[in-house]
Formats: sequence, C-alpha cells, structure tokens
Amino acid sequence: MVTGDVAPAIRIANLSKFFGDLTAIDDVTIDIPTGEFLVIVGPSGCGKTTLLRILAGLDQPSVGAFTVSTPKELGRPENSMVFQGDSLFPWMTVWDNAAYGLRMRGAPAAQIKEVVGHYLDRIGLTRFAKSYPHELSGGMRQRVSIARAFANDPEILLMDEPFSALDAQNKLLLQEELLRIWEEHKKTVVFITHSVDEAVILGDRIMIMTAQPGRVKMLLRVPFGRPRNVMELARDAQFGNLVHDIWMQLREEVDRARSQNEMNG
Amino acid sequence: MSQVASVIPQAKPWTLNRRSRERIISFLSPIALLLLWEVLARLGILDTRFFPAPSQILSTLLTMMTSGELLDDTLISMTRLAVGFLVGGIPALIIGVVMGLNSTLRAMIDPLIAATYPIPKSSILPLALLVLGLGEASKIFMVAIGVFYPIAMNSMAGVREINRVYLDVGHNFKAGRWDVFRTIALPGAMPMIMTGVKLGVGMGLVLIAIAEMVGAKSGLGYLIWNAWETFAVDQMYVGLFVIALIGFALTLILNELEKILVPWKP
Repeated sequence: MVTGDVAPAIRIANLSKFFGDLTAIDDVTIDIPTGEFLVIVGPSGCGKTTLLRILAGLDQPSVGAFTVSTPKELGRPENSMVFQGDSLFPWMTVWDNAAYGLRMRGAPAAQIKEVVGHYLDRIGLTRFAKSYPHELSGGMRQRVSIARAFANDPEILLMDEPFSALDAQNKLLLQEELLRIWEEHKKTVVFITHSVDEAVILGDRIMIMTAQPGRVKMLLRVPFGRPRNVMELARDAQFGNLVHDIWMQLREEVDRARSQNEMNG
Repeated sequence: MSQVASVIPQAKPWTLNRRSRERIISFLSPIALLLLWEVLARLGILDTRFFPAPSQILSTLLTMMTSGELLDDTLISMTRLAVGFLVGGIPALIIGVVMGLNSTLRAMIDPLIAATYPIPKSSILPLALLVLGLGEASKIFMVAIGVFYPIAMNSMAGVREINRVYLDVGHNFKAGRWDVFRTIALPGAMPMIMTGVKLGVGMGLVLIAIAEMVGAKSGLGYLIWNAWETFAVDQMYVGLFVIALIGFALTLILNELEKILVPWKP
C-alpha cells in the first residue's frame, strides 16, 4: 500500500539544465510517489527527454538535484530506461537483449532464465527468443525493449516515447500490454509522450510542460481506476473531456514553440 | 508416390532463374578461357616460352606435388601469413576499437597512423631485412604491417559508426568498461572489422610473396623468383596458380567466418 507519509520514489528539486545560453529545463520541482505512473507531456523541444536522461544518469543537471529512493534489495538497479525508437542491440538475439541488464549486474543464471522467460512469455515472444531484432516488426522490437527494462527489475522505470514510431493499431496494443505487465508490480514509472490520448490512457498523473524553457505548467490527476481497459476508456465521456482540457493547455505551448521557431528561423 | 510426383511442377531447363544461370556462366567463363589458351598454345599462336599450355603447367604441378617441394613451400608461406596475421591483426583490432571508444587515445594515435599509412608497405622491406635479418622475423613483420593498417582503421571506423543509443543503453544498464568493449563495441564494429580483415589478408598475401622473393630460400614467393632465375616458366605459373588458389580459398573461408561472427546482418 502506498501511504502519504512514505518517502517519494523520486524527488526532483529545483532542477534546471542549460546548454550554453539555452535553458532546456527551468526549475522543475516534483515529488513522484512510489508506484505512481507519471506521464510527462509537452511540445517538442520542451526538455522532457533531457529531464528523463538526467533521471537515467545519462546527463547531469546544471542546477538543482533529484533523489531516487534506494532499492530495498542489494544489487537491484535504481532505474532502467526504455529508449525512443530502436535501441535493441542488433547483434544479440531477443533473449540476450532481454537478459542484458541482469547479466550486466551478474545475476545468477537460474534467475536470468526464470525472469527473462517470464517477460518473454508476457509479451508473447517466447518463440522468437532466438531471433535477431531485424527479423521482428517494429512493434515486436519495442515489446522486447520493454521486457528488457522490466526484466532488470529496477526501482523506477523511465520511458522515452517508446511507442512514437509505431502505427496507431500497434500503439494501442502495446499500451494495453504495457499496462498489463505494469499491473503485476506497479513500479514507479516516468513516461514521456507527445500524445495526449496516450497520457490519459496510461497515467495516474499528468505533468504538462511549457515550451522552451521547459517548466511545469500543470499537474493533474487522471480519475480512472485500475486495471484499465484501453478500448473501453476511449468511449468514456470523461476521457474525451480530459483529453480536450489537456490539449487546450498544450496548444498554447505548441503555438508558443512554433512562434519561437519562426522567430529563430 | 506417382501422385506426389505429379503435383511437383517440372522444372524446365530453359526456365532457369537468373541466379543459377549467372552461376553457371561464371563457372564456365574461366574454363572457356583456359581452353582457348590451350588451343592457341598448341597451334603455336602463343609463344609457349612465355605462355606454356595449361596442360603443361598442370603436369609440372603434379610433378612438383609428388616431389613434396610444392607442399613445403606452400606450408611455409601459409605459416608466415598466419603468424604475421596474428602478430599484426590482434594489436590492430585492440588499438582500433580502443581508438574508436576513447577520443584522447584517438587524438594521440590517429596522426601516427595517418602519417605512416601512405608509405607503400613493400618499400619497408629493405629496412625490415636490415633490422630483422634474413630469417622468419622479417617475413612475419612484413605480413603484420600489411595486416595492421586495414584492420586498425576499419575497427576504429566501425566503433565510431555504432549508433550512440547503444552506448546509452550500456551505460543505463550499468555495463562496465570491459562490458562495453565486449558486448557493444566489438560486436557492433564486427561488420567493418571483417572488411578490414579481408583487406588485411589480401595485403598480407601480396607482401609475403614480395618478401619471399628478396630475402628467402623457401616459400611460394621464392619458388616464383627461383623459376625466373632458372627460366622454368611452367614452375612460375604453378607458383602463381597456387597463390591465386590460396587467395581464393581465404576469401571463401573469410566469407564463412563472417556469417558466423555477424549472424545478425540481414
């Protein structure tokens, strides 16, 4: 059970990131409670990917800091990331890709076999264990990326627009699948997207970011319970209203980003 | 049985697909050339002092094989090639991959490679003989130097062309330095490394032939040079033929090796 007095899984305090004169992220502060599925939406170039890369340890903040609650068991990693687009190693089979994190932290062979087997089964790719990524469709590859992150059993999961390259049907199927796998352990997730529908379908909370420099424009709670039925959700009137409201907020920022670009260009 | 057979469409000889037709043509064309050569030599149109008939070369080949000298020279050249390949290739691979991963080392070593690369490798032979003597060391050195450049340069380029996202994945999954080398840099650069290996082996074969002509008393290069000095032209052709055969066989072997080492290339 998540209770109010438990320390948040992630605490971001006054975090900013500059690239030369450019402010990519401006003073972001947020607490993300353990087990929350937080979705960040914002116009392109609002620094949301930079924020995620900082959380993943791939980039350093210029000002401010963030803390991630340490894993309770020794050897478990703090975070694992699902990258945007193709990030599976083309030279490894599906199995070896999914086992990568566990192998890198020297997990025992029996554990690797059990955990990887479990997640390949969950994403329905058991019979492709020995295939190479180029033999799979884009949707299948992204499922393996998700399995790779989940199999690593991190304290928090970071996802950078994992479905943005997929067609509409595949996107819907993978959103459903992601929610199903996530329901098993309800890990803390930070998920980035530019799709408002996706944000409402997946998130417990949605953080809307402003156009450059990226600030927290608004935080709102998604009122739907869990487990969610992705197909049913789309018929809910409340779903439509929420998508509309967020889109209105976002639109201001998209327009602003566009005029910035025109001024610069 | 007859029922099954009747279902299978009969392949007609004139409906061969383009691939197998091209394969037959590429098999037949060298044979046709050899036949033409044979005929022209026998008719006396070709000067057999310079171009002995293929049948004559073949019979010399058989004589040299039964006497054992051809096998000895072939094995000696192959050994020099193999040892030189390892002596030059392994450091080249390591230096190349490390240069690809580390920009400081790249800045240090790259100018040295760029400056020495244009020197024709064969022109170093006198220096090699001077420093290393007439023994095996100078031959192995010549092969090693020929193998080194293409493998080092291709390994470096191969690592640098690896998509950055794979290094990010490695970092995010806490891969250590050695893990990055082993699981990302090396396999990721392997297609280019194999290109370098093929070029290097070709260069090594060229250089071993030259090195054996000047400073050796054994090997296929020596065999060819000796044939020139004794004007045994048919033996010279045997030497050329065997070197060509080795080059051809190595290409086939390396292509197979590539399929094993790079099973993920579509």
